[in-house]
Amino acid sequence: MTPELGYAATVAALVLAGYGAGAAAWSSVNGRGDLRLSSERAAIGVWLLITACMLLLVYAFLTFDFSMTYVANNTNRGTPFYYRITALWGALEGSIILWAWMVSLYTLIVVARYRRTQPQLYPWALAVMLGVSAFFLVVMTIAAPPFERLSPIPDDGRGLNPLLEDSGMITHPVALYLGFTGFTVPFAFAMAALIVGRTGDEWITITRRWTIVAWYFLSLGLLIGGWWSYHVLGWGGYWAWDPVENAAFMPWLTATAFLHSVMIQERRRMLKLWNLTLIILTFSLTLFGTFLTRSGIIGSVHAFTQGSIGQFFLAFLALVVLGSFSLLAWRLDRLRAQGELDSVVSRESAFLLNNLFLLAAAFTVFFGTVFPLLSEAVKGVKVSVGAPFFNLVNIPIFLALLFLMGVGPLIAWRRASAENLRRNFLTPVAAGIVAAAVFRVLGVGNTLALLCLGLVVFVAGTVALDFYRACRARRRTGDGWREATWGLLRRQNRRYGGFIVHLGILVIALGVVGSQAWSTQTEATLNRGETVELAGYTMRFLGLQASKESNHFKVTGTFSLADGRRLVTVLAPAKKFYPRELTGIAAVDYRLGLWEDLYLVLGEFARDGSHATIKLQINRMVSWLWIGGLVLTLGAALAIAPERRRAPSLPRAGRRAVA
Amino acid sequence: MSGRARALRWAIPLAVVPVLVLLAYGFRTDPREIPSPLVGKPVSRFALTAFDGNRVALESLHGQVVVVNFWASWCYPACYEEAPSLERAWQTYKDRGLVVVGVNFQDKDEPAKRFLTQFGHTFPNARDPSGRVSVDYGVYGVPEAYFIDRKGRVRFKRVGPVSDELLKQQIEPLLAEAA
Repeated sequence: MTPELGYAATVAALVLAGYGAGAAAWSSVNGRGDLRLSSERAAIGVWLLITACMLLLVYAFLTFDFSMTYVANNTNRGTPFYYRITALWGALEGSIILWAWMVSLYTLIVVARYRRTQPQLYPWALAVMLGVSAFFLVVMTIAAPPFERLSPIPDDGRGLNPLLEDSGMITHPVALYLGFTGFTVPFAFAMAALIVGRTGDEWITITRRWTIVAWYFLSLGLLIGGWWSYHVLGWGGYWAWDPVENAAFMPWLTATAFLHSVMIQERRRMLKLWNLTLIILTFSLTLFGTFLTRSGIIGSVHAFTQGSIGQFFLAFLALVVLGSFSLLAWRLDRLRAQGELDSVVSRESAFLLNNLFLLAAAFTVFFGTVFPLLSEAVKGVKVSVGAPFFNLVNIPIFLALLFLMGVGPLIAWRRASAENLRRNFLTPVAAGIVAAAVFRVLGVGNTLALLCLGLVVFVAGTVALDFYRACRARRRTGDGWREATWGLLRRQNRRYGGFIVHLGILVIALGVVGSQAWSTQTEATLNRGETVELAGYTMRFLGLQASKESNHFKVTGTFSLADGRRLVTVLAPAKKFYPRELTGIAAVDYRLGLWEDLYLVLGEFARDGSHATIKLQINRMVSWLWIGGLVLTLGAALAIAPERRRAPSLPRAGRRAVA
Repeated sequence: MSGRARALRWAIPLAVVPVLVLLAYGFRTDPREIPSPLVGKPVSRFALTAFDGNRVALESLHGQVVVVNFWASWCYPACYEEAPSLERAWQTYKDRGLVVVGVNFQDKDEPAKRFLTQFGHTFPNARDPSGRVSVDYGVYGVPEAYFIDRKGRVRFKRVGPVSDELLKQQIEPLLAEAA
């Protein structure tokens, strides 16, 4: 019964979404309020129906309803309870439901929030959002139906991909999709602005917070993905420039550019065309990412199921890109900048440079990702570019971005005077140089690492200096330090939220530098009782145990680690053997630390437990990535908090009296 | 706005068409299938310095069956899995005219040497510091192995680790051929 109910709900939701999109669009053409109301009800209906689909699927998972292909493919009787719920997004079909559900949820929030306040833009935005929902429902109906019947019904399912049985995989897709789908809202309002012709900063003001939310979830999704890769895959890294990672990273880059460039539009009435282009690119790249990972056109270590879904995504991508850029071309006359760049030494140009670098990074990642395709199309030869290419091109770009992160927030608008530069940057620059010199003396030999450390200190210095000055100014009005700090964070939450996000990025940058420059590893085959030494640690192989788990067989090694004087920890890496997998899957064991993680992977071993091959890594400062993620979370939360104060602190320089 | 500028603006949406076409083209290809254009062709020659300081020149191996194996110490676990098999094959067939040549791919000296010590490799292993040999052979990722017959032609390419069976199956017919 469940498959039929689910399929019926999907089709009904599709019809409602299609109708709602049409009704919302038509209502804004002829101003019919009843149609608009009807489209809003359709939006509610779509959300209810997709929610019903999700609940049906969860129910099927919990009751082991192997009459459904999706359930049989992604669980078996041994799958633990919580993974049976999260198996919902363990594979393609369920992920599409989750995606559609999030879009429909965002649509509801848009209805609730803007129904009364944005009479011009809102109906078109609603139409676009329902249109996007409709696309995902089409995919659910035709290309990747989650409610497909399986016949004959098997006794037991195949089970979830063992690598996905991890807490990271419970949260990673959710965060990532909240990010991806979140960009639907700014995109929808941008399209509405183009259609209606209100191309001012109205749509940007409406969607500012949405963009930060989506950006934050995307960042979180990327970080959790890195964490999963780090502690599950057993290669000791968190980022490999794999096409699938790149697919999520590209919209992050363009969204970051967008977050910054809208500030210039708000302040100086410049870059209207640019901002619209950026949001179109960001939204398109979220679709492109899914297309790339699900179509199978580019090889990736992420082995996803494939089907006809690629064609659907490509068609929709074409529709979105061609449609939105055509709208842009049509409204080109209204997208002229009202302000102009006064000086190269100004905040505007710092932001512009930041945008150029971010776009350059996005372009190189795009280029590197589709390069195998390009080379095959042009020369008939499959060539792939690997991590060396991405690192070579992107490291200088990211260093430049770090530098601009220090310059941008403090340099004066319009034209920076020598006094402004001296006052804001002399101390931080000096601090950066001194820090690099100190690290050099302390024995840091790597030039890139030194450069990065210096830049991090410089940026942190600018933030600290600015915050200190602002606090001091508030202190003059009689506040204590604590009130001054708190008041500042509350009143200028957007500015200081952004600063905290910057600090989070700095912490992440330190993690990247530390892990790349100072990690060390060794491989060894040890007889029982034998030891291996690495970076002051002595590791001893104590023995192997075998155990039977709920859905797999597990061989666990026990290793003690001592640092010369005392026992530090005992690590128990394992190899898990799932009945359906040909090879064993390594389960890493590790001890996380602020400065270094001890990270141990079990390789081959003798069945009698006499010897085992292991890989021991001392990964330095990887935890800083996760700490940076927490800082980022604080900053983003602060930045989206309701603003206390309407007018910005500086006079709106670009707003001239227009006669 | 002039007519020309009016027409030009449509260049914005049109600019994305080639990208879309390229992506559509992707459906016609299989990313996992990587045919080597080298199979059947004379091998590209190289002369490299081995880790023990000796010179490894492919030219001097003419008339012998050669397995060129590209590996790296960071390539875990695949390169570690195949390493003992390579040594075994070399030990088994070296008297019948087989040479195994290891080429270290995008690696650092220290861990590469540790790798060799760990597996006790006795066949020649060379550094490829400029990466030129890897590029000449079109190495996509490590491990990869190229099987070269006595006439100096590439006869088979293996992407991924080699096993004892695969080595036996590929090497024995080549050894049976006349030079």
